[in-house]
Amino acid sequence: MNNILGLFRKSGNQLETGGSAGLQPADTRQCPSCKCYETKAAIRKNKSVCPHCGYHYRIGARHRIRMIADPNSFCELFDNVRPQDSLRFPNYAQKLQNAAEATGETEAVVCGTASIDGQPCALFVMDARFIMGSMGSAVGERIARLFEYAAAQQLPVIGFTASGGARMQEGILSLMQMAKVSGAVGRHSEAGGLYVTVLTDPTTGGVTASFAMQGDIILAEPKALVGFAGKRVIEQTTKRRLPADFQSAEFMLQHGFIDAIVPRARLRETLAGLLRLHAGKEAR
Amino acid sequence: MAAYQKLKAARANDRPTASAYIRQLFENTLELHGDRKFGDDPAMLGGVGWLGDLPVTYIAIEKGDSTQERIRRNFGCPKPEGYRKALRLMQQAEKFHRPVVCLVDTSGAYCGEDAEQRGQGQAIADNLLQMMRLQTPVISVVIGEGGSGGALGIAVADRVYMLENAVYSVISPEGCASIIWKDAGMVAQAAEHLRITAADMVELGVAERVIPENFEQFDQMCEQLKNQLLSDFAALSALPAEQMLQQRYARFRSIGQYQETENA
Ligand SMILES: [Zn+2]
Ligand SMILES: [Zn+2]
Repeated sequence: MNNILGLFRKSGNQLETGGSAGLQPADTRQCPSCKCYETKAAIRKNKSVCPHCGYHYRIGARHRIRMIADPNSFCELFDNVRPQDSLRFPNYAQKLQNAAEATGETEAVVCGTASIDGQPCALFVMDARFIMGSMGSAVGERIARLFEYAAAQQLPVIGFTASGGARMQEGILSLMQMAKVSGAVGRHSEAGGLYVTVLTDPTTGGVTASFAMQGDIILAEPKALVGFAGKRVIEQTTKRRLPADFQSAEFMLQHGFIDAIVPRARLRETLAGLLRLHAGKEAR
Repeated sequence: MAAYQKLKAARANDRPTASAYIRQLFENTLELHGDRKFGDDPAMLGGVGWLGDLPVTYIAIEKGDSTQERIRRNFGCPKPEGYRKALRLMQQAEKFHRPVVCLVDTSGAYCGEDAEQRGQGQAIADNLLQMMRLQTPVISVVIGEGGSGGALGIAVADRVYMLENAVYSVISPEGCASIIWKDAGMVAQAAEHLRITAADMVELGVAERVIPENFEQFDQMCEQLKNQLLSDFAALSALPAEQMLQQRYARFRSIGQYQETENA
């Protein structure tokens, strides 16, 4: 999509290695929001949220699953669906290999089943570290299969989005994944299935314009970037600077596009509560 | 650089825009305005009329055919209210069992502050979800540019046609060039690599038909297009609704290329 440009803010790591790096011990991190230093261990213990200001660090898919699912309940599905460089796009094969080595993942989404406080569900978690969490054929296929599986097994789906949009290295095939996944979401919905999306930083482009916005209930983490077009593209189009809170989760809540903002510390109990509510009396 | 030539042809200012096709393809039309929620988007046209003996609903992205018109039509970049108008008219078509013809010609959905405030992403997402289960046949024709999600928002169809020189792309080749090569001058290479031509669409399973262009004899060209639409609508209308939806789902479900390793 046009919006891959200018989407990704500098990560926390950049600050870590930036100007004051010489003074900074290796096991601490400077918060990109409040600039406080904190040990990595303390941040991790606080669910990768800054203990001072509540800034939510981006986290990888496995880290997220450990945070949300009951211990040892996650069973991965469809990880045998792997990306390929079918259009032989410049540097894409290398990019896939680099992303795999850097993250230990084979694609930008991890799918499976799990329980959350005893409530069974199907789960997909996107990983923004893998080529900006972009959606190519394999990402679309994994998520579509998960919805089909969940419809057949009568499982609710919880989806964590984190993506820059479509993966341009797969050309038009990546755009079509938006329609493919939308179809699978619709069928799961028609079968009566619950779909809860959790929009995490950043959720943009083709993912926003498809399954991120198709949940029965749409949650977001505080301050997550959520939007369709990239900020830089909008500024180029309109020749005006955008307000600082533009396209934040708070902006989306204010304009009526999400149901609630839930801090990471309360996500697990919130999701468990929703699953229980939709499971009926016996689950109470 | 065949792809780049086609890109230029698809964007050419003297190329017929959607309104010309609407005048030529349909009779006794009435344009229908507004999304009933916020406003009326001049970039997205819609209405009812006759395709031969068949009552139809048409939806079209109009770029404008003069400078003044292009400004009024926002250069064919629809806003959320445009996608919502399109969906309203498609659901009306479903109620009255009218087939839907969508004419696609956009560089993309509008990228502006107001579009974000009114939920551009949500509007397109809703169209994808609802079009996938719309119980009436839909055929989308890319008549010029098929720009990304802004095009797909009216192209979740039973059949997709590409005009001979039309293009369909996930990102503008300019945008792609500046990301991959940090050089907007690499547009031709980007266009080639992105695979944007009508022939590419057929090869990749994204489109079924390529419609020959003949703008000198536009009436004849549109007559052929009309006959093609009527013949495909006849075939689609013969199917039970469930089967048509199943085929539409299978159509998109099968698009994409990936590996599948043994161990699950
Ligand atoms: Zn602080
Ligand atoms: Zn902080």
